[in-house]
Amino acid sequence: MRLGSGTFAACCVVVEVLGVVLFLRGFFPAPVRSFSGTKHQAEPPAPEPSAGSTSNWTKLPPPLFSKVVIMLIDALRDDFVFGSKGVKFMPYTTYLVEKGASHSFVAEAKPPTVTMPRIKALMTGSLPGFIDVVRNLNSPALLEDNVIAQAKAAGKRIIFYGDETWMKLFPKHFVEYDGTTSYFVSDYTEVDENVTRHLDKALKRGDWDVLILHYLGLDHIGHVSGPSSPLIGRKLSEMDSILMKIHTSLLSEERETLLPNLLVLCGDHGMSETGSHGASSMEEVNTPLILISSAFERKPGDVRRPEHVQQTDLAATLAIGLGLPIPKNSVGSLLFPAIEGKPMREQLRFLHLNTVQLAKLLQETVPSYKKEPGFEQFKISERLHGNWIRLYLEENNSEVLFNLGTKVRKQYLDALKTLSLSLSRQVAQYDVYSMVVGTIVVLEVLTLLLLSIPQALSNKAELEVPLLSPVFSLLFYLTFLVLSAIHVIVCTSAESSCYFCSLSWLTAGGVMMLISALLCAVVSALTKVFVDGKLLSKNAAHSNAQWSELDLLILLGTVGHVLSLGASSFIEEEHQTWYFLVSTLCLALCHDIYRNCLLGDDCELQRSLHMEECFGSATPALQDKNAGSAVLELNRGCKGPPSLDALRGFEKWMVLASPWVILICCRLLRSLNQTGVQWAHRPDLGLWLASSDHKTALSVLAALSLVVIFTLVQRRCSLASKVAMALGLLGVYCYRAAIGNVLFPWQQDNKDISKGIIEARFVYVFVLGILFTGTKDLLKSQVIAADFTVKTVGLWEIYSGLVLLAALLSRPHNLPVLVLSLLIQTLMAKFVWKPLRHDAAEITVMHYWFGQAFFYFQGNSNNIATVDISAGFVGLDAYVEIPAMFLTAFATYAEPVLWASHLVSFLSSEASSGSALSHACFCYALIRSFPVSAYIILVTSLRYHLFIWSVFSPKLLYEGMHLLITAAVCVFFTAMDQTNTKS
Amino acid sequence: MKDTDIKRLLYTHLLCIFSIILSIFIPSLFLENFSILETHLTWLCICSVCVTAVNLVLYLVVKPNASSRRSSLSYKVTRFLKCCIYFLMSCFSFHIIFVLYGAPLIELVLETFLFAVTLSTFTTVPCLCLLGPNIKAWLRVFSRNGVTSVWENSLQITTISSFVGTWLGAFPIPLDWERPWQVWPISCTLGATFGYVAGLVISPLWIYWNRKQLTYKNN
Ligand SMILES: [Zn+2]
Ligand SMILES: [Zn+2]
Repeated sequence: MRLGSGTFAACCVVVEVLGVVLFLRGFFPAPVRSFSGTKHQAEPPAPEPSAGSTSNWTKLPPPLFSKVVIMLIDALRDDFVFGSKGVKFMPYTTYLVEKGASHSFVAEAKPPTVTMPRIKALMTGSLPGFIDVVRNLNSPALLEDNVIAQAKAAGKRIIFYGDETWMKLFPKHFVEYDGTTSYFVSDYTEVDENVTRHLDKALKRGDWDVLILHYLGLDHIGHVSGPSSPLIGRKLSEMDSILMKIHTSLLSEERETLLPNLLVLCGDHGMSETGSHGASSMEEVNTPLILISSAFERKPGDVRRPEHVQQTDLAATLAIGLGLPIPKNSVGSLLFPAIEGKPMREQLRFLHLNTVQLAKLLQETVPSYKKEPGFEQFKISERLHGNWIRLYLEENNSEVLFNLGTKVRKQYLDALKTLSLSLSRQVAQYDVYSMVVGTIVVLEVLTLLLLSIPQALSNKAELEVPLLSPVFSLLFYLTFLVLSAIHVIVCTSAESSCYFCSLSWLTAGGVMMLISALLCAVVSALTKVFVDGKLLSKNAAHSNAQWSELDLLILLGTVGHVLSLGASSFIEEEHQTWYFLVSTLCLALCHDIYRNCLLGDDCELQRSLHMEECFGSATPALQDKNAGSAVLELNRGCKGPPSLDALRGFEKWMVLASPWVILICCRLLRSLNQTGVQWAHRPDLGLWLASSDHKTALSVLAALSLVVIFTLVQRRCSLASKVAMALGLLGVYCYRAAIGNVLFPWQQDNKDISKGIIEARFVYVFVLGILFTGTKDLLKSQVIAADFTVKTVGLWEIYSGLVLLAALLSRPHNLPVLVLSLLIQTLMAKFVWKPLRHDAAEITVMHYWFGQAFFYFQGNSNNIATVDISAGFVGLDAYVEIPAMFLTAFATYAEPVLWASHLVSFLSSEASSGSALSHACFCYALIRSFPVSAYIILVTSLRYHLFIWSVFSPKLLYEGMHLLITAAVCVFFTAMDQTNTKS
Repeated sequence: MKDTDIKRLLYTHLLCIFSIILSIFIPSLFLENFSILETHLTWLCICSVCVTAVNLVLYLVVKPNASSRRSSLSYKVTRFLKCCIYFLMSCFSFHIIFVLYGAPLIELVLETFLFAVTLSTFTTVPCLCLLGPNIKAWLRVFSRNGVTSVWENSLQITTISSFVGTWLGAFPIPLDWERPWQVWPISCTLGATFGYVAGLVISPLWIYWNRKQLTYKNN
């Protein structure tokens, strides 16, 4: 079967996407879960162990506290409370920590340090898997067993004020609530006033059992101006006074009730030195956790240093404190100081309950749980505990009892620690089988692509895909059999759960067939290469292709970039790599251009010399073809001169100047958005523009950018789409004005900030209109053959529709990125690629490199935290999953997509050779699959690296997403190519 | 003819390398607290002065351009002045290129500029000595198959290796090792120096090994 190289590449990328999905599924395992029963209260609480005599304690112990207030301050770092800032701005809290009836801890939050997974960890006590970060964009209701659900089931009345995320996680759990959205990050007073205004009423009423307050202001200040901003101090003082208010109110109420109250002050995650969070630096991970209650007596002069604990420990403690069963999936251990004041029997009872729960979880997640040291310790302490109970019930000497009790308690605490540790480690278990299968698919595809380079990039741009050759079909069946055997063995013997085994047999069989078919294709391609290689080696002397400096740079750059992915710093600072490569590319182009302009004659001379040589040789019949190809190559080697000489004065100057203009543009863009880690805190233009003081400047810049976008895009559109484009861009400005980012000159005050839904939908209409016109033109060009211009216009219209969408979704200070990308595309197309006659492969790689660099110019990075989620809400009333996901993905990858679509429209407008598009598609597929495959292998080998969750995994998700988008682009390429061949 | 040329080339290159080594060790005898990393700027100045001086002296002694005919004093003076202007221009253009590559615009201006000067002494000064202020000749030498003598060939190799060294020298900057030499522009200057030295070592050897294949138009 013969396939065009474009089609072939598109198929390859699609298969590769499948492989990557399988790999990702194996790499991000489902977190530790107890699947035995999601219904609560299904099983009775474990009775107190006893040896011989039976204990009368079989029910859950009663609650320790009557009321619990949880005050969660978003992004509260440990040194904001325990450090110098705390002493300065939070005097009351410091007093409580140092002298009051309280226990303070430094709770370690596990990365990803993002709000939703942290709330989950606090309330369920389990460790949300990494994949939960991705679901952070979505936050469905929490189905897992958790403290809130338990409390509700026990008839407790819960009130909540604060971040909306809680209401999404716990719908219908609160008797009263008021959510504040964290949508507008620049607002840091209103979000907190929304919480505090309910406080007095709620405290006075007192008809609740649990009150949860989530303050967002501190986090917003961190995001906007960093942890050293003076606003932080003010916010901390505000929080301190709120804490004092709650505490005094709780104390005054306590006189009426028998049980003491509990006040918990905690943070969900910290704040890095740049003010963001998400990764695993010390500043982001360490949060304060303070338990305040009159039950915690303290002798004067008793100095307690904050102990280091895990964030997950809170869930178990809260459950015990409220007299609830501990959440099933909790991996935390009870915070022992909280129950220290209780009698020994109760202490042991609580510890026993916690240990039983952890041991049960271990039993369900680890097949070989009996060998775990924690489990053995648990068994020993349970036995000791039983003995102790017997002694207790027999009413022995109290001192003996106490000594034995302390021993049992120590045993329990050790067991808890070990169990908790081994359970936390379970999260990082990889599903190796799925990973291996995915990797095999990806690698086979890459090998196939690499082996078919010579054929695919030949003039015909076609390649032979052998499907039915008998030998290979034998090989196919053999491989298939072997693979199925392996699958059966692995899946029946594997003790751990494995995603690939949980697939249906039919699907698994399909994947097996795919793998074997790919293997056959690879083998046949290999044999072909060998056969061809022998043929080629005969006339190798003539066919050694000349590598230009540009080709060398492209090759070295690609390989170097892939190698750099092995170092975590290079992943964090990947933008630097791309900026560096793009600058070098510009200089190389510059060198090319200058040589061609100033030394044009030399090349001519060489060519004529070569011609003479060839035609003067003795065997013209045989050498004719070679000579022809050699001349062709020479033509390629010095392709510039004839056309460059023909250029008129102005154009020649533009050609000479354009690399420098592009370099300057890139340098400007570089200072627009600082990304990465090391230099992210540097001041940049984007932050300056986004601050509310410079709204006028931002408005002027945005308006100017929109005008320039229009002038750059409109020149090749049809009249209808020109009008639509103009109206659409006007709509973009109106949308930004409506949501309060920019100002209209006639309306100075920004009173009514709406969500701008009407304006955004107005723009969507034009986007769809332009895309529709473009598609119509393309279809027309397919039906009415030979109308070449219609097709060019159609492609350009699709491109301009995408530009309009990008303009709508990108943040207003990022509009210059869009403008400069359009400008660079225009310059490159007009003054570099066209006059220098680069071939399709080179142009594709350059487009790809620029696309990558612009991806980072937009402010993206390899950290999940930089994804602009607000793009998913443009023009939508509420969160609608699929459009929001699509819009967010498009906004993130807008620049790579725009560069790719510019590539399509540029190549098809330059109708120099029919195979250009399929060459481009093939190159695009190859240049994307190479880093993906290499990265998959790298990540597999680095899976126990310290930074695997904070640096390598987010990058893996980015790579996967980018591959998916590449697949879409390649399919689009192929579709365009198909229309091309038909017309 | 060719072999003697290569020998002379080797000796001059050894002298250049020697001057760089001297610039590292001699100043510590006269200056207190001198080290490449701590007092980097001083070293940059000394190194560039040394290399320039050695290059000029070698050029006057060896006279690789056999064809340069006698000419009047005024011609020589204008030529020298032109060379100076070219040198300054190359310093500024290197500075601009560094900024375009992402060097900070305002902070560390002196460091960036001295780095530009150093790189110019490694690349532009030998070019000026050998080719004179003649852009066409420069472009000819730095394009494929454009060299016409052993000297030009070695010039091509050393210049390109200095550039490549500088280019590679930028790579350690983003790494989080927190070493003193990772600070801009130290790693780049070190890279440039290593590249230059490597070029000086490699070029005579490479030319010697490939002397059969190398044919120059004029020889
Ligand atoms: Zn948060
Ligand atoms: Zn935040």
